[in-house]
Parts: sequence; structure tokens; C-alpha cells
Amino acid sequence: MTTNGEAVLEVRDLVKHFPIRQGLLQRQVGAVQAVDGVSFDVLRGETLGIVGESGCGKSTTARLILRLMDPTSGSVKFEGEEIATVKGARLKELRRGMQMIFQDPYSSLNPRKTVGTIISEPFAIHGLATGEGERKRTVQDLMDRVGLNPEHYNRYPHEFSGGQRQRIGVARALALKPKVIVADEPVSALDVSIQAQILNLLRELQNEMGITLIFIAHDLSVVRHMCDRIAVMYLGKVVELATNEQLYAHPRMPYTGALMSAVPVPQPRLAASKKRQILAGDVPSPANPPPACRFHTRCWKAEEICRQQDPPLEPKEGGNVAACHFPLTDAEVLERVPTAKAS
Amino acid sequence: MAAPLLEVSDLRVHFETEDGLVKAVDGISYTVDRGETLGIVGESGSGKSVSSLTVMGLTRARNAKISGTVRFDGRDLLAASDDDLRQVRGNEIAMIFQDPLSSLHPFYKVGDQIVEAIRSHKDVSKAQAYDRAVEMLGLVGIPEPRNRAGAYPHEFSGGMRQRAMIAMALANDPKLLIADEPTTALDVTVQAQILELIERLQSEFDTAVVVITHDLGVVAEMADEIAVMYAGRIVEEGAADTIFNAPEHPYTWGLLSSIPRMDAPRGDELVPIQGRPPSLIHLPGGCSFHPRCPYVRDAHRRIDPELQPVDGDPRHEVACLLSSGTRRKLWAELEAGVKPADARRDVIEEGAA
Repeated sequence: MTTNGEAVLEVRDLVKHFPIRQGLLQRQVGAVQAVDGVSFDVLRGETLGIVGESGCGKSTTARLILRLMDPTSGSVKFEGEEIATVKGARLKELRRGMQMIFQDPYSSLNPRKTVGTIISEPFAIHGLATGEGERKRTVQDLMDRVGLNPEHYNRYPHEFSGGQRQRIGVARALALKPKVIVADEPVSALDVSIQAQILNLLRELQNEMGITLIFIAHDLSVVRHMCDRIAVMYLGKVVELATNEQLYAHPRMPYTGALMSAVPVPQPRLAASKKRQILAGDVPSPANPPPACRFHTRCWKAEEICRQQDPPLEPKEGGNVAACHFPLTDAEVLERVPTAKAS
Repeated sequence: MAAPLLEVSDLRVHFETEDGLVKAVDGISYTVDRGETLGIVGESGSGKSVSSLTVMGLTRARNAKISGTVRFDGRDLLAASDDDLRQVRGNEIAMIFQDPLSSLHPFYKVGDQIVEAIRSHKDVSKAQAYDRAVEMLGLVGIPEPRNRAGAYPHEFSGGMRQRAMIAMALANDPKLLIADEPTTALDVTVQAQILELIERLQSEFDTAVVVITHDLGVVAEMADEIAVMYAGRIVEEGAADTIFNAPEHPYTWGLLSSIPRMDAPRGDELVPIQGRPPSLIHLPGGCSFHPRCPYVRDAHRRIDPELQPVDGDPRHEVACLLSSGTRRKLWAELEAGVKPADARRDVIEEGAA
């Protein structure tokens, strides 16, 4: 993938708190800190992965980037223009440049509309390709491109399998030739043999059309396959940001290390030899996150300072940017992580 | 050698529906020994769940036609009456499901639900059963088990619910535990906890486990033996190491090469299996995998292959019409990075020669 290092999206100090209200007067008694101060750039043409467990704020971050939700504070710049506050017609125009692919191919397609209508909906919304014949031709080109039979233009979603429906979702996202596509767990609802088809399709289309892809997933082997750079999130914060090679060769944040060590590897010989790093307990509630380093309650390396001071996100050995007082050493990584290499 | 704990032979489960006869399970046989873990792998619609639900007697609907035998510890479960089955179920055979929220009753406290599971099989007082419930919750790693036993399922996190369900399943020291996608709904770090828990409890109680999953990583970590299912049949079965390192069925190859792997260098492209699983009402003739198989020859569309031991390894069985020599050659080529489309030419030429 070619990137010339130019940022197409700049996310700065993004915060989204959902108020918790209680009592007769619905007074606010707290907030779910879904996203709490997230900053990163997305470079033109790259695939940026966002990984983390449920509740870490990865999907909320995606929705904030597309302005499907208003942030509590912070800024998102798309090609230099602030979208966190933009309104009306200008917002609609900006959104043409950014599209989304959803996780569930069953609930993200309107069952009462034909595939042709679903894929041409973006044209209708933005007043493009107005002629009936022209629209049909464009849609059939798109269907062909994502591997659907263009003759199925008049069929309904229920007539398609899960993998084909996800192709419909991809075609709809491509319709307006967006610059950025956000794919939120695009393959996690699909069967193994179908997953590979969709992943290959996404990579192929990206190479052809130079689209910037934000790929949100919890599956670390899929993320390794797809992404150029990866942001690891935990409880609303980015805790590590690195290139694919850096992250998988030498994760620095103990949380990243634990995630990688927990992935079951399809090789019985390796499974027997690897030390599995088991984290105790569950992810704490984002309504009441632990103070200082949010990971300290489950971290095997935590010391007093981790309970006192929030570590800044800063470069560590090997080039990874991580928020940690006691980053993993190469020896610790080699013992636990199947993809590890010394830096 | 003693008789296996569970012996399933020629099990068929067909459902009459308005659209036609659904052959969900179509003649499968396997055995599980005490303390052993069998992994059943397959995609949705391969019959992996239906086969184990039938072992538990949970597919006895009016439209279901079940045949074959399921021998558990000397008894035939398919012939057993509903009352007899109820004695076995939850007692000697326990099951854990993918979604703990739908297997725990939302109105009853977790501890009370475990008490009920114990008292429906054992003649013990409520207090004794409650102590056992608390003990089990502690054993599966629920903090402050005495307090938490008084909580409702909605007060538990996903991982804790899964633990509570395991506690309930194991409360009566079952001889066999059937785990249907036990970790699919969980995050990886919690999944690792649960897998380790099942392994630990299994070695402590010498429980046999049947784990059903689509996740090749999970079976690689858990199973001793693996059965790969496709369209209601077992297409390959063998020791875990054999299935991952010397598989001989093109479907197994397809599964292994379509997943991105953490244990190999990052590849450029995944090799998906073409097409999609067949309808169980209109199964393709001949080998049911033939429409998706890159190595198909004319005869494969007519002849239905049987599961047969491969040369030199009686434990390793494959249902494929290619010769064992050809299969091994193909697998060696795939391992060396040859694309299925290129490898295919060799086979066809070899067949013509």
C-alpha cells in the first residue's frame, strides 16, 4: 500500500462521555467514558487497524470520526477541515468522502428494498447519477466489481447468503467513491471460508482505488493480515500505536502482549510450547475506570507508580508508541507472543 | 482396551420441513474416551451442533427422524425414554452453550439455579446443595462466591456468566461435557481464561469433553482428536497434530489456508474456499464438496466417498476420492506455497496419464 505520509484524518483529544441519569429529575450522576482523549492520524492510502475488547471504545471512535455521533470534546479533521462541529449541507458533502461497512450483514440492509435500490441509495441521497438507466448501469458495475452477479439487481437481501450480503454492503460503501472507508468488524459475523473472500476483496479494492481504510476488529490475526498501522485501545484510550511489523514483533504495552498471547493459534505444536499470559478478571466498567493507568488492575507488571500516574503515550524501544511505565522487554515478548522477533 | 465412554455410530438426523427433507446429520460415527477431548470443527450448517444436541436428546421434535446408535457408558441414549434421558442429562452428560444469557434463567439467582441442577439429580438438602453451588462458583474463579451466588444473571459480566454456566454444568461431576462454541461470544482475554478453566477442570475430574467450534485456534489448543464436518458428514478425522500438520481432505486444506495465521509470516493473500456451503435439502450428487473443490474430477460428481483410513495411519480417516499419494503430494505443494489453481493442473495431468 502506498502512503505518502500525508494525513487524511487527524483525530485530536477526542472524547465521548455518555451521561448516566438517575432519579425523578434525571440528574446526571456519572458518565460512561466511552472514548476518553484519543489522538491519532490516518495517512492517505493506508489501512489503520483499531483493536481492543468489547467496551474499549473502538466502535464509538469510528462513529465519531464519521460524525454519526457528536463528540463531547476534541477535534476530527478530514483533509484539514474540522468535522466535529460542521453542520448542514457542508456535513453532508463531507460525508460523501467517508463511508462505513457494518458488522452484521443481516441488520444493515433494509429487507424491503432490492439490492439495486440499496446500492443506489447513496446516489439518491446526494442527487447523483439521476437518470434511471445511468444509475442502473453504475450499480451493476459496482455489483460486478464486488463479485455479485449484476443480474441479481432486483433481488432482495434475504435471497443472498451472509458473505454476499457483506458484498452488497461493500458495494454500497463504494458507490460514492469515498476517500475513507470505516469497516467495523466487517468479517466477524461470517464463516471462516467466507471471511477470506471478503478480506481479499477489501484489499483488492483498496489497492485499485487507493482508498484509506480504518479497520476495526477484535481478531488480532485478521488485523495483522489487513493493517499497515494499528492502534490498540483499552477502556477509551489508545494504549499502543505502532506499525504492523513493530506491533507484532515486539508489543510493548503488557495489555497488547496479553491480547496476542491469548489468541488461540491453529497449530497444536505451538499451543503446547507457548506460555499463555492469562489476564485476571474482566475489563472494568468504563463508567468507573481505574485511576492513573487504566490497565493496572489487570496488569502483571503493575507497581505503585501505575496506580498514581497516568503514563503518557510515548515512543518506546523499537519505535512503538505506548502508554506504559514498565513496557515489555524483548525476552518477555519472545516467551509469550507467537509472532515475536527481537527488535 | 475398555469400551469408549461415548460411541456414536451412523447417526442420522433428518428434519421434515415444508421445503423438503433437511439432512442435517447424515451418517456420522465417532468415539470419545474418558478424559479425552474431541474437537468437532465445521462451518454453520455443517451439522456439528445438531449432532451433539441429538446425543443429549434435544432434537426429539415431531418432524425429526433420527437413526443410528449413541452408546454412552453402556446405554443406548437414542432408545432411552425421556425420563431416563432426564436422569443422564445434566448429571452424567452436561452441556455448555455459546450464549450463557439464554441458558440461565433471568428471574432466578445464579446460586439457586445451580442448586436446582444439583437437587434434580442428587438427594441432598438445600443447604448442602447451596454449599456445593458456592464451592463450584469458587472453583471456576468467581470472586466472593458466597455473595455472588445471590446475584441474578444480569448482574454478571459475559465472562462470569460463562463461568457460572460451567459451574452449573460441572456441579454433578459429569463424565462427559459437551461444549458448543463455549467461547465464541467472549473477548480473547476472557476466552483464554475459560479455555484454561475447562482444561484444568478436565484434568482434575477426568471429564471427557466434546468441543464444537468453527475456530481452528480453539480446537488446536484443546482437542486431542479432531473431526472436520461438512454438509452433515465427517470428512476427515484424526489426531489434532495430524489434522493441522498432515491433513488430507481438500476442505480441511481450504479451511487452514483461508485463515490469517499468527504462527506464520504475514502473507499477501488468503486463499478462500470458492462458493459457499451447500443447501442440506439439495445436496450435490457424488462428493458433497465437489462444487467447491479445486481438484474435482468427473467421477467425483457421481461417486460418494466414504470415510476410510489413510495408508499407514489407522486413526486418520478421510472421505476423499483422490488417492492418498496424490493428496499428500498436493498438500506438500500447498505447504510450499503453490496456489490450488496451479496445483490442480498437476492432478489433472496425472489423472490423464
